[in-house]
Amino acid sequence: MAREAVIVGIGDVPLSGGKVVGGGSVLQVQARAAKAALDDAGIAMRDVDGLLVAGLWGVPGPGQLPSVTLGEYLGIFPRFADTTNIGGSAFEAHVAHAAMAIERGYCDVALIVYGSTQKSERSRTLGGRPPVLTMQFENVWGIPQPVGGYALAAKRHMHEFGTTEEQLAEIAVATRKWASLNPAATMRDPLTIDDVMASTKISDPLKLLDCCLVTDGAGAIVMTSADNAKAHGSKVTHVRGFGEAHTHWSIGAMPDLARLTAAEMSSRTAFDMAGIGRDKIDLVECYDSFTITVLLTLEALGFCKRGEGGQFVSNQRTAPGGEFPLNTNGGGLSYCHPGMYGIFLLVEAVRQLRGEAGERQVKNVNTALVHGTGGTLSSGGTVILANH
Amino acid sequence: MSDAIYEKPLPVIDPGTKPFWDAAKEHRLSIPKCNACGKYHFYPRELCPHCHSDDLQWTDVSGKGEVYSYTIARKPAGPAYAPDVPYIIAMITLDEGPRMLTNIVAADVETVRIGDRVAVQFDDVTPEVTLPKFVVVKG
Repeated sequence: MAREAVIVGIGDVPLSGGKVVGGGSVLQVQARAAKAALDDAGIAMRDVDGLLVAGLWGVPGPGQLPSVTLGEYLGIFPRFADTTNIGGSAFEAHVAHAAMAIERGYCDVALIVYGSTQKSERSRTLGGRPPVLTMQFENVWGIPQPVGGYALAAKRHMHEFGTTEEQLAEIAVATRKWASLNPAATMRDPLTIDDVMASTKISDPLKLLDCCLVTDGAGAIVMTSADNAKAHGSKVTHVRGFGEAHTHWSIGAMPDLARLTAAEMSSRTAFDMAGIGRDKIDLVECYDSFTITVLLTLEALGFCKRGEGGQFVSNQRTAPGGEFPLNTNGGGLSYCHPGMYGIFLLVEAVRQLRGEAGERQVKNVNTALVHGTGGTLSSGGTVILANH
Repeated sequence: MSDAIYEKPLPVIDPGTKPFWDAAKEHRLSIPKCNACGKYHFYPRELCPHCHSDDLQWTDVSGKGEVYSYTIARKPAGPAYAPDVPYIIAMITLDEGPRMLTNIVAADVETVRIGDRVAVQFDDVTPEVTLPKFVVVKG
């Protein structure tokens, strides 16, 4: 029988007030997350032979080599490396690439790692990248980055479909309710739609509480073959389907501002591979950089029709106890958002599938869909996970 | 042009984009048109993004279009933009087809709407760089 790649380990690091507990460099926090995930899998660091890394950090200067740097730091000599960086969705792509590498026998144990200490370093601004190459047509207009691009998409969606700011606020409120059930979440106080509507305007129509947090964080995933998982007695999560795509980076080049084309493409690939329909998905964890990201994603994944996202999320449908459990750890909006959030979607989906999510555990979760979005609505990575 | 030092980001002009910025300096909006498929594109590329031909020609366009989407920045994109808040960043669909990101210059930022007709207006921000911006036109 062909080798099957499975997820066997998940790990993250404790946060307090959005900062890594005990502090640490970007390399230290990644090492801690990696150790946590390997301990969870019951697999030793010396057995890791595939290393997948994407991040916002690096030794300054030409030719940043993140997997080479991190491999050295961890004391391992990988024979498979992947530094695919398509934004915050990179880790969903890493799961896909690791699965193919493991199934082909190119590596046996793959470690996917991310970490950021942006909150502790106070390194985040709205300024964006230097106006070179493609960005010379973007950043000379004073567009707040990245929120301005999402604001343009939200405005267009409102224009085409009548989506309202209150409907976007529903997402922030429902996500906060999940966060209130997660002791690790940064923001746990109750939130109302009025609170969101009254929050500081950033870039119309998006307000402060439509935006994800700026926090530290680190996470890791361990994958291996099903046979190796059995030999180590690891808990197994099956990878049923995956897909990735990207369409643009400059917001001016987005093919349709009211449509998340990358997510349509990546989810189609993933659902075709899994051979299941949307009705078989018990739980969705999707990237929530901004409330509009969630709305566009739900439409693109096919859980509702184009233009009906606003209606779909109304009446707290995605909140605890609602029909459509979504972003059950409190998401980037209320749990944590350390720059590239996609790895935490995977960590939470696996926790839910294993039944390890504590007070926020959703009942009868057997199949979960994870969807990361990166760049400025630029890239998508979909992974379908299951207990069987 | 004011005498104050311009502290906002300026385009780092390269050989592929110089014709656009040179034209802007002369208060012309010039973008590539593909001789193979007949379509215009923006920003300028080496290959047509529609049909991937390399048979492209810089062509002056009307500078007219309509607002495809916009946002009002209530927080600045860095300290240099702080005095301008609130200001409008818009995506314009040019009458020739391509979309471009730009600013809409308006006395009252609250009056702009998606679908508004706009026309280009050139802002000579430094002796070397002119930014094409847009204003709403009636009718």
